[in-house]
Amino acid sequence: MTTAERIDTDPGTEPGTTLPALGLPATRAAGCPFDPAPGVERALREEPVTRATLWDGSSCWLVTRHQDVRQVLGDPRFSADATRPGFPFFTAGGREVIGTDPTFLRMDDPGHARLRRMLTADFMVKKMEAMRPEVQRLTDELLDRMTEGRGAADLVAEFALPLPSLVICLLLGVPYEDHEFFQRHSGILLSLRSTREEVRAAQDELIGYLVRLADAKRDRPDDAIISRLVARGDLTSAEIAAMGRLLLIAGHETTANMTALSTLVLLRNPDQLARLREDPSLIKGAVEELLRYLTIVHNGLPRVATEDVRVGDVTVRAGEGVVCTLNTANRDEDAFPGGGGLDVGRDARRHVAFGFGIHQCLGQPLARVELQIALETLLRRLPGLRLDIPFEDVPFRHDMGIYGVHALPIAW
Amino acid sequence: MRVLIDQDKCCGAGSCVLSAPDVFDQRDEDGIVVLLNAEPPAALHEAVEEAAAICPAAAITVEQTERV
Ligand code: HEM
Repeated sequence: MTTAERIDTDPGTEPGTTLPALGLPATRAAGCPFDPAPGVERALREEPVTRATLWDGSSCWLVTRHQDVRQVLGDPRFSADATRPGFPFFTAGGREVIGTDPTFLRMDDPGHARLRRMLTADFMVKKMEAMRPEVQRLTDELLDRMTEGRGAADLVAEFALPLPSLVICLLLGVPYEDHEFFQRHSGILLSLRSTREEVRAAQDELIGYLVRLADAKRDRPDDAIISRLVARGDLTSAEIAAMGRLLLIAGHETTANMTALSTLVLLRNPDQLARLREDPSLIKGAVEELLRYLTIVHNGLPRVATEDVRVGDVTVRAGEGVVCTLNTANRDEDAFPGGGGLDVGRDARRHVAFGFGIHQCLGQPLARVELQIALETLLRRLPGLRLDIPFEDVPFRHDMGIYGVHALPIAW
Repeated sequence: MRVLIDQDKCCGAGSCVLSAPDVFDQRDEDGIVVLLNAEPPAALHEAVEEAAAICPAAAITVEQTERV
C-alpha cells in the first residue's frame, strides 16, 4: 500500500483530514480572476495543512500558510527531485518530461548548487541593474512601434511578451528571429491541457534546437550565456540545452504575464493606479506588491518529503508529496494584514512569489528590472490607458501553469 | 549588531543586496554573498534584519551585541 492510499483511508479524524480532499490544480471562482481558488483559500482559513488529490488520483499535502510554506521550501528534507517516488505532478505532461530531462529546478544540492552556481553571476543584482539602459531602450522602441498611428493594440503580443523575450535572447545568445518557434513550444509545455505526446514533442523540438545552437557556438563563440557554458568544457550539449530551455521559458513567460496582469489589475484599481502615477518613486515597492498580490506561479510548488517532518499540526511522512501554495501564503493575514487588497504602498518584500529556499528564483533581479521599467514607462507614456474590451471578456490563463492573460486589448 | 554570512548556503538570489546594499554585495565570479560591513551602524540595522529575514537560504545570521 502506498503512503498516499494510507492517508485516504483515515477520513476525518487525523489533523489535516477534516476538509474533503481538494482536487489540484484548484479552480478559481467565476468573477474573481485575481484571487486564489476558493478551495485553497478555505484551506488557509480552516485547515492550513490539508489533503489534496492530483489528476492521476494520487494524494498529497497542501501547505497554505506563509510561515509553513517558508518552512517547507527552506527545509532540505523536502526534496525538489522529481524522480523520487511520491513527487506530486500537476499534469501527465509534467511527469512525462521530468524524468528524462532534469534541470537544476528539479534537483537537490549538491547537484543543484553545482549547476545553479554556473549562472548566479549572470543574474546578480549589479549585472541586472547595469542592464537598465538597454531594457529602457527596448521598452521605448516597442512602445513607439505599438502606438505609432494607432489608438489600440494587444498589450501581450506587442509589448508584454516581446520585451522579456528580447532580453532573455540577448542574455542567452538565442536569435530573436526564432521567437515564434520557442514561444509556441513554451506555450505547449506550460499548458495544463497538453497531452503527454504533445509535451514530449514540444520538449524534443526545443531541446533539439538548443543542442544545435550550443554546437554552433563551439565553432562561433560569443560572450552570451550559452556560449560561455559551452566554453567551460565540463558540460555536454544536452546539459547546456536543458539549462537553456529552463532559462528561455522561465525568462520570458513569467515577466510577460506579470506585465500584462499587473497592467490589468491596476486598471481595475484606479485609486492605486493614480497613486503610482502621482508618485513614480513607489514603483519598486509597487512591483513587489503586484508580485505578491498576483502570484502568477498560481498552482504552487511541488516537493516530496525524504523524512517524517512536522508541518503545522500534521506529520508529513517520508515519501509523501507536498504542494506549497504561494498564492495563499502571499494572502496570509498573519504575514500581510489586509492582504486581500492591493496596496502599492505596502512593504511586501517578504512575499514568496519567487519561491523560497535554495530554488528561489534565479532570475528575480532581472524580473524586477524589467517589471519596474515596463510598468513605469507604460503608465507614463499612455496617460489615457484603458481596457478595450469588457472586463468579462478578458481571456485569463486558467489553463496554464503560469497565470496571466492570453491577450489584453487596450486603447489609449 | 554583528552580521555573519555562510557562503556555502548562499544561493545568490540577491535579496540582501536589494535590502542593504551598504552591508551586502555579490562576488563578481559567482554572485555569492560578500559582507561589506560586519558591524553596521544603527541606521542600517532594520535593513539588515530584513535582509536576514528574506534570505531564502538562511545564509545570514544577525547577532545582537551589547550597546555601550
Ligand atoms: C515575475 C517573474 C518571475 C516569477 C514570478 C518567477 C517565479 C519563480 C519561482 C516561484 C521559482 C521557484 C521554483 C521552485 O522552487 O520550484 C523560480 C525559479 C526559477 N526562475 Fe523564476 N520567476 C520569474 C522570472 C524569472 C526570470 C526572468 C528568469 C530568468 C532567467 C527566471 C529563472 C528561474 C530559474 C532558472 C529558476 C530555478 C532556480 C533553481 O531551481 O535554483 N525566473 N522562479
